[in-house]
Amino acid sequence: MSAHTETSEPPLITGTQSFHTVSQRISEVTEARIQGTPKLWWVLMVISLLALANLGASIAYLFWEGIGIWGVQNPVGWGWAIVNFVFWVGIGHAGTLISAILFLLRQRWRTSINRFAEAMTIFAVICAGLFPGIHVGRPWVAWWMVPYPNQMGIWPNFRSPLLWDMFAVGTYFTVSLLFWYTGMIPDLATMRDRAKNKIRKISLGVFALGFRGSGKQWQNYEKTYLILAGISTPLVLSVHSVVSFDFAVSLVPGWHTTIFPPYFVAGAIFSGFAMVMTLAIVARTVYKMEDFITLKHLENMNKIILLTGSMVGYAYGCEFFISWYSGNDYERFAFINRATGDYAWAYWTMISCNVIFPQIFWFRKMRRSILVMFVISIIVNIGMWFERFVIIVTTLANDFMPSAWDYFTPTFFDISILVGSFGLFLTLFLLFLRFLPMVAIAEIKGVLPQADPHFYEEKH
Amino acid sequence: MAQTEKIEGVVAQFENPATLIKAAQKMRDEGFRDWDTHSPFPVHGMDDAMGTPRTKLGWMVAMIAFCGTTGAYLLQWWTSAVDYPVVISGKPFNSVPAWVPVMFELSVLAAAFASVIGMLAFNMLPRYNHPVFNSENFVAKHMDDGFFVSVEATDAKFDQEKTVEFLASIGGSNIELLLADG
Repeated sequence: MSAHTETSEPPLITGTQSFHTVSQRISEVTEARIQGTPKLWWVLMVISLLALANLGASIAYLFWEGIGIWGVQNPVGWGWAIVNFVFWVGIGHAGTLISAILFLLRQRWRTSINRFAEAMTIFAVICAGLFPGIHVGRPWVAWWMVPYPNQMGIWPNFRSPLLWDMFAVGTYFTVSLLFWYTGMIPDLATMRDRAKNKIRKISLGVFALGFRGSGKQWQNYEKTYLILAGISTPLVLSVHSVVSFDFAVSLVPGWHTTIFPPYFVAGAIFSGFAMVMTLAIVARTVYKMEDFITLKHLENMNKIILLTGSMVGYAYGCEFFISWYSGNDYERFAFINRATGDYAWAYWTMISCNVIFPQIFWFRKMRRSILVMFVISIIVNIGMWFERFVIIVTTLANDFMPSAWDYFTPTFFDISILVGSFGLFLTLFLLFLRFLPMVAIAEIKGVLPQADPHFYEEKH
Repeated sequence: MAQTEKIEGVVAQFENPATLIKAAQKMRDEGFRDWDTHSPFPVHGMDDAMGTPRTKLGWMVAMIAFCGTTGAYLLQWWTSAVDYPVVISGKPFNSVPAWVPVMFELSVLAAAFASVIGMLAFNMLPRYNHPVFNSENFVAKHMDDGFFVSVEATDAKFDQEKTVEFLASIGGSNIELLLADG
C-alpha cells in the first residue's frame, strides 16, 4: 500500500462506486419518466403547489387592497414582511458557506451537499426578494430603487442602508446563480451525452455549452471556480452584514449596536445549515441518496449547527450584557423588555430553540440520529424566525415614548403569505431535485479514491 | 472513403487517470501543440503533465473587479455630489464611507461576471460542435468514465499514420480518426 492510501480518511462516498455508477445514479433521477417519479415527490409537490397558489392569491389581494391587510400599524411599521425577508436571506447563507468557504478550507465532504445547498440559496433569496418588493406599498414602482437616469431627474439615496441592501441582495443572487450554473456545466455535459430524446438532447446541449472535459478547459474552469469561491466568501459575510445595517445604522435602542453584523452572519449560517439539513434529509429519503449523503455528512453539518448555535447564544448574552453595561436607560429597557415584557414568550421561544435545543448535538449518538436531527433542524428554523421577530417587532413596539407603544398582532394575510413563501421555496426545490443533478457528479468523481492518479501506483 | 473525406484529428482512449497523466507527459515531450486530454473530472497534476502555462484569468478578473469598484464610486459620487446634490442628515455630498458597501458589492458582481464570461471565452465556449464529438465512443464516455487524448489535424506534427502509431505506443486504445462529416 502506498503511503497516501494509508493516511487518507475513510471514504466520503459509500457503496461500491465506479465513475459510471456515480453518473448513472445521479442522472437517472432526472431521466425518469413520469411513472418513475417517487410517490413522495408527488405528495410534497401537491402540498407545495397549494401553498404557492395561496401565495399568488394573497399577493393579488395585497396589491388590490394595499398593505393594510397586514398587521403593520404604528408603531410597528416593519411587520412580518421584513421578518420573513431577513429569515429567508439568512437561510440562503448556508449554501454559499458550503460552496465557497468549505471549498477554500478544502473540506472535501462538501461535494455531496453543495449542489442542493446552492440551489437552496437561490430559491431562498428569491423568497427573500419577494418581501421588500411587496412591502413597498406601491410595488408597481419598486424599480425606482434602481439608479437609472429618469424624467424626474433624481437618484436613489446612496447613504441609505436600504439601498445598500438592494445592491447586496441583488449581487448575492446574481453571483450565487453564476456559481451554481458554473458548477453544473460539467454535469449538464454528462447528462447531455446520456440524453436519449430530442428535447433533452437540445436543451442539455444548449446549457452544457459544448463543454468537452478537456485538460485546458478544466484548467480555466477550476480557476473560475476558485475565483468564484474566493469572492463569494467575503460576499456572503457582507450580505447579512448589510442586512444588519438596516437596523444597526438606525438610532432605535436595541438596533443601534455594533455587534449586529457578526451576530447576523452567525445566525444566518446557523439557520441556513438547519434548512440544508431539513432538505438533505428529504432529498436523501425521497431519492435514496444514502451512499452520497452519508451519516458522516449529516454529522458534520450537525457540528456546524452546534457551533453556530452556540455563537448565536454568545451573541444574545453579549448584547444583553452590553446594554446593561452601557448605562443607557433606553438600551437597558429594550433588552429587559424583550425578556420580560409583552413579547417574553417570543424571546424565550427564540432562546430555547436556538441556544438550548441544539446543545443535544454534544452527544455523538444524537448527531447521528436522523429523527433527532430532522426535529432539531425544524426547531432551529422556528427559533431563527423568532429571532428576527424579536429583533424587529419588540423593538418597534416599545421604543422611546410609552404613549406611542402598541402590541403587534398579525392578521390572516401575514400568515398566509409566510406559508405561501414556503410553497414557492419548496416548489422550486422539488423541481430542481427532479430535473437537475442534485449532487455534483464531476466533483463526486473527483473525491473517489480511484480519481487520484497515485491510487494506481502499486499496480505499476 | 478516407481519401475523399477530410480527417480533422484523432482520438485515443486510456484506462485511468494515472495512464492519462503518463500519456499527457509523453505527448508534451513529443512536442505536440494542438492536442488535449479529456476526463470526466479535473485530474490532479494534469496542467504540469500537459505543460499548459498558468491561465491569465486571475489577472483579467482582478482588473475588471477594480473597474467595478471605480465605477461604483463614480456612480455614487456623480449622482450624489454633482448631478443632484441633496442634504441628507447633514452629511457631506460626497460621503465616501457610505459609498463603501455599494463599491464592494459592484466589485464582486463585476468579478463574478468577468470570471464566468472569461472562462467561457478562454475555453472558446459556447461552441456548437467539435471534431471529437464525431466519435461515438468519445461522446458516450468522455464525461462519464472515459479518459482520452485528442490530437487535431491542425497540429504541425500531425500525420495520420504516425500519430496513430504514436498514440498506440503510449498505451492508447480504441484509436479513432475523426472525419469531418462524422
